Amino acid sequence: MSTIKPIPLVLAGLSLLAAILLYAWDGQQTEAVVSRAVVEAGPLLLGALCGLLCERSGVINIGIEGTMLMSAFAGFFIASYSGVIWIGMLGGLAMSAVVGLFLAWTSVTLKQDQIIAGTIINIFALGFTSFYYVQGRTMPGVPRVAIPVLKDLPFVGPMLFDHGILTYSAMFIVVAVHLMLYRTRWGLRTRAIGEHPSAADTVGVNVITLRYRNVILGGLLAGVAGLHLLQSASSFQRGMTNGKGFIALAVMLFGRYRPFGAMGAALLFGLLGGIQAQLQFKQALDIPPQFFGMIPYLLTIIVLAAAGLAARPPAAAGTPYEGA
Amino acid sequence: MTDTALADPEVGGEDNDSAESSALAAGLRGLRLPTVAVGLAAVAGGILLIVSGENPLSVYWSILDESFLSGSGIGRTLEKATPMVMGGLAVAFAFKAGLFNIGGQGQLLLGAAFAAWVGYNFDLPLVVHLPLAMVVGGLVAALLGAIVGALKAYRGAHEVITTIMFNFVAGNLTDYLVSRDGPWNDPDGGAIARTPRIRDSAIIPTYGDIPIGFFIACGFAFLIWWLLNKTTFGFEIVTTGANKHAARYAGIGVNRIIILTMAISAFLAGIGGAIQSQGLFGRFEASNNAGLGFDGITIALLARTNPIAVIPAAILIGGLNASTTRLQQDFRIEPEVVSILQALILFFVAAPSVVRWLVRWKAIGDEEAIQLTGGWGA
Amino acid sequence: MSRLLEMKGLTKRFGPVLACDNVDLKLDAGEIVGLLGENGAGKSTLVKMLFGIYEPDAGEIYFDGQLADIEGPGDAIAQGIGMVHQHFQLVPPLTVAENIMLGAEVVPEGGPGSVVGVMNMAAAEERVLELSKRFGLKVDPSAVVEDLPVGVQQRVEILKALNRGARLLILDEPTAVLTPKETDELLKVMRSLADTGVGIIFITHKLREVLAVTDRVTVLRNGKYIGSAETAESTQQSLAEMMVGRSVVLRVEKGTAHPGSSVLEVRDLRVRDDRGSAAVQGMSFDVREGEILGIAGVEGNGQRELVEAITGIRHSESGAILFGGIDMTNATPREVSEWGVAHIPENREKDGLVDNYSVADNMVLNTYFKEPFASRGIRVVDAIRKWASKLIEKFDVRPRTITSPVKSLSGGNKQKVIVARELSAENKLIVASQPTRGVDVGSIEFIHNQLVHQRDKGRAVLLVSAELDEILSLSDRVAVVYEGRVVAELDGATATREEIGLLMAGGSASEAAVS
Repeated sequence: MSTIKPIPLVLAGLSLLAAILLYAWDGQQTEAVVSRAVVEAGPLLLGALCGLLCERSGVINIGIEGTMLMSAFAGFFIASYSGVIWIGMLGGLAMSAVVGLFLAWTSVTLKQDQIIAGTIINIFALGFTSFYYVQGRTMPGVPRVAIPVLKDLPFVGPMLFDHGILTYSAMFIVVAVHLMLYRTRWGLRTRAIGEHPSAADTVGVNVITLRYRNVILGGLLAGVAGLHLLQSASSFQRGMTNGKGFIALAVMLFGRYRPFGAMGAALLFGLLGGIQAQLQFKQALDIPPQFFGMIPYLLTIIVLAAAGLAARPPAAAGTPYEGA
Repeated sequence: MTDTALADPEVGGEDNDSAESSALAAGLRGLRLPTVAVGLAAVAGGILLIVSGENPLSVYWSILDESFLSGSGIGRTLEKATPMVMGGLAVAFAFKAGLFNIGGQGQLLLGAAFAAWVGYNFDLPLVVHLPLAMVVGGLVAALLGAIVGALKAYRGAHEVITTIMFNFVAGNLTDYLVSRDGPWNDPDGGAIARTPRIRDSAIIPTYGDIPIGFFIACGFAFLIWWLLNKTTFGFEIVTTGANKHAARYAGIGVNRIIILTMAISAFLAGIGGAIQSQGLFGRFEASNNAGLGFDGITIALLARTNPIAVIPAAILIGGLNASTTRLQQDFRIEPEVVSILQALILFFVAAPSVVRWLVRWKAIGDEEAIQLTGGWGA
Repeated sequence: MSRLLEMKGLTKRFGPVLACDNVDLKLDAGEIVGLLGENGAGKSTLVKMLFGIYEPDAGEIYFDGQLADIEGPGDAIAQGIGMVHQHFQLVPPLTVAENIMLGAEVVPEGGPGSVVGVMNMAAAEERVLELSKRFGLKVDPSAVVEDLPVGVQQRVEILKALNRGARLLILDEPTAVLTPKETDELLKVMRSLADTGVGIIFITHKLREVLAVTDRVTVLRNGKYIGSAETAESTQQSLAEMMVGRSVVLRVEKGTAHPGSSVLEVRDLRVRDDRGSAAVQGMSFDVREGEILGIAGVEGNGQRELVEAITGIRHSESGAILFGGIDMTNATPREVSEWGVAHIPENREKDGLVDNYSVADNMVLNTYFKEPFASRGIRVVDAIRKWASKLIEKFDVRPRTITSPVKSLSGGNKQKVIVARELSAENKLIVASQPTRGVDVGSIEFIHNQLVHQRDKGRAVLLVSAELDEILSLSDRVAVVYEGRVVAELDGATATREEIGLLMAGGSASEAAVS
């Protein structure tokens, strides 16, 4: 396997070290910050994994934002009307799969420009979810599980093991995507069709089918990301993704198209959000919150611009496959 | 090479004798796809309206009546269309060099905020103040565009990503500038984050119902058309967009073109923001300009990146937006129905093969498909 | 030996072009058949039908005596047909083992891992090693493909086919990208593969290689089957005649050169390639007025980087490029062309033309900003049209229209547009890189005559070509390059094919003189 250049992992590690030191200094506050960071990192990580799966298969997905929104919308209203959160979550996933299917159809079959296709998803999702939005509804909450024993561990317990189930699912999914991508037949073929599709085609891999499958799978991950937003907000609001789908894109790039890299980047960005929220809450803020808000975006730009830091995107990302 | 489809192959190419008629014919041919796309979007949107229990015909009639059939309606439409012309021009112009400026939103915000600042902060005679405020707004945006261009040219950072990121940076920055702790906050605004009112000497007036800013925007459209089609600089831009390698071999400074094109594109969006502040709102208010940057993409593609065609495309989308209040009153329809229609228009205009299949019209060719990016490396 | 393959009457049409017209081919197990023909003769089309990439319009393929219906590459592989493509079908960031196993992954049965298809990469690498030993093709299974030299990558391609049990191997122009040494190794490998019973179709246009390794030869020309011959009974001359369809190589009519003073002086030039490795490693030579200097060499020995450095496209590491006294090292492309250097680039579609532009706009692609084509930054369309109309007459560009997009032209006429643009300006030096590659015979003669005409007008011509015949027929002097250096300078009139061939392959000048 190729070597890992784990900038985000290193940064996340340093942050973790800083967190431990802070914990020694003020345990309660640190717990609040890190716990919030883990929750904030969830949707970013899931969204980034969506982008990663799509691009690794050769399809650029900038419609993550819209997919998350559609999933949160469907999840909320289906849960609300059925009264069962699980049905709502299934509905949200189904919706995100449909959005994934749309992206696959436009970019793989119609060979439309993929960035325009993603933009269509974003514009449509914002319009659609606001248009059909009904005020004043509530939904049953997403179950929260404190894992016995583990949650009582000092320091890590409350930060890692007392969350909504979707936060755990993010942790599980990132490991699964990593293993699947690097250890399985599917992963090998996925990496191949994103780099050199005709090489895969000439050995009998069906590029079109696999791209469809992976883009829909990516849509599902963005769907989980959208549901994760619902878990935190416990209701749907217009435009509730508020750019998180685009930060997810930044997380993907910052993580160099690798699952664990994305995890490091997501935690880092989540931590920034956690610190900002805590400072604001404590009224101990000298720096305007807007400047905190800029950091993830500026970091991403710097990483893209700095020589040697930017990962090479999959060679075929953005190019429709025309046959061998 | 599919990514050259937007380049204008006919620059200086037509035969002398038939130039007039063939240009007209080409213009009419160019109308085909956008017209059908808008029609199909109306049908698809109609289905969505029926689903939510409305009669699409009466909704569409209301839009027409509200936005296009009265003097004040036309005024409102043109007001909405003005920043859209500029945003559409920004996207279309960048497309010509093979660049996708998705950052119209951030550039527009910068233009709007800085124009407002010049507008309220300085006391100058109108002939200086009004254009100065616009130009400052445009230039600040252009600076951002130049940074994006330089990152692309020298560091290979893809402009789609950097412009998306800069949208948020610019959004946060302008938010801060006018927030309660910010330096440009209006002390009389209470909780509202906004600048003080722009002085009259920097306000772009209206003529009756008609906003003068709209004509300024149209002037820019013609200027950009002229620049692209008649000048050697325009030739360099279009050549770079059509074939970067050949442009380089032909001695064109491709990096310079990329930076300048992004700067000019952002300048146009910035002017759009300036006109918003100086013409429509009389100040910069953080929440006033949401979503305008993305309208530019729809408009540019609907206009098939032709700068002149951006004007009617913007009027169409502007008209849709101008009717939202009436739709809410008459039908209790949320204003976002317009976004749905826009997304549908964008889809159909970007997918000629679907249009051809739906309307069985062979004359709509695949070469009308818009393919630009072709991957991050491009 | 048993008959492995028989193709009868294969025909393929692309629009109006008949790429393959009623072609036959036979191959026995353990046999190597050379498929010979010029560029565009239909060789690739024929084998792509065999490999299932194209569907034949007519004709039958019998594989192992059975009428075969090959539906796609996957199907071809399943039936035992392997192909090494001209452009490698390898995924650069993956390892050798991953590339070889792609599509035929080792997934152990049973256990939870088999549900999601967990691969056993250790077993895969083991298998690659074993294959590599059995066929004598040395590779490191865990190496990343993009880090390997081209010759090794090709070995990976061959192993990939063998791993899938290929009994018939198609090699599409495998030597085009190889150094002479790598070529020799490949020919040896081919022979030993054939000895194990594999049938090989070897596509090439290099006669020497055909004679060295094949058992039989089938020749195509313009999509037509010309004939087959036993290699043992063939000579370079006889095969060349079948291939080009007229006797001996074309010679250009030209008088003696009257060279004047030096126009271009290249001194100890060093240039890196895209991957950062040294491509031009200290080249020095002169080109004088009124002479054609031919740069001969196998492709990939620094020629491309040399040309790009001279024309300002690529950065020079060290050394100097002097042009009529001006130091032109690391000048911009615009400066270079303004000082009087014309450039016919190697890759005309990519670098020389804007496909969507009209012929007229392509004619002024590098002079658009000058009088009379522009006046104070405004384009003067009438002047451009007049100029273009004049040039298409003078350079015989067909069809005679300046308004149609250049992409509608044939390869030869596209090249004429470039030649017209570059040779019509007042230049002192013409850099022509592979000027007749993929161009029809008529256009070749025209372009050659134009280059000689330029020489006779007193201009300096630097001709870079991988075609030895082109070098021999045009050059007044020949500089042979090998591994980024000029290894010999020869007189064009007396240099022989054999001498240059040996030098190109890394032989020393003394050896060459002796032979």
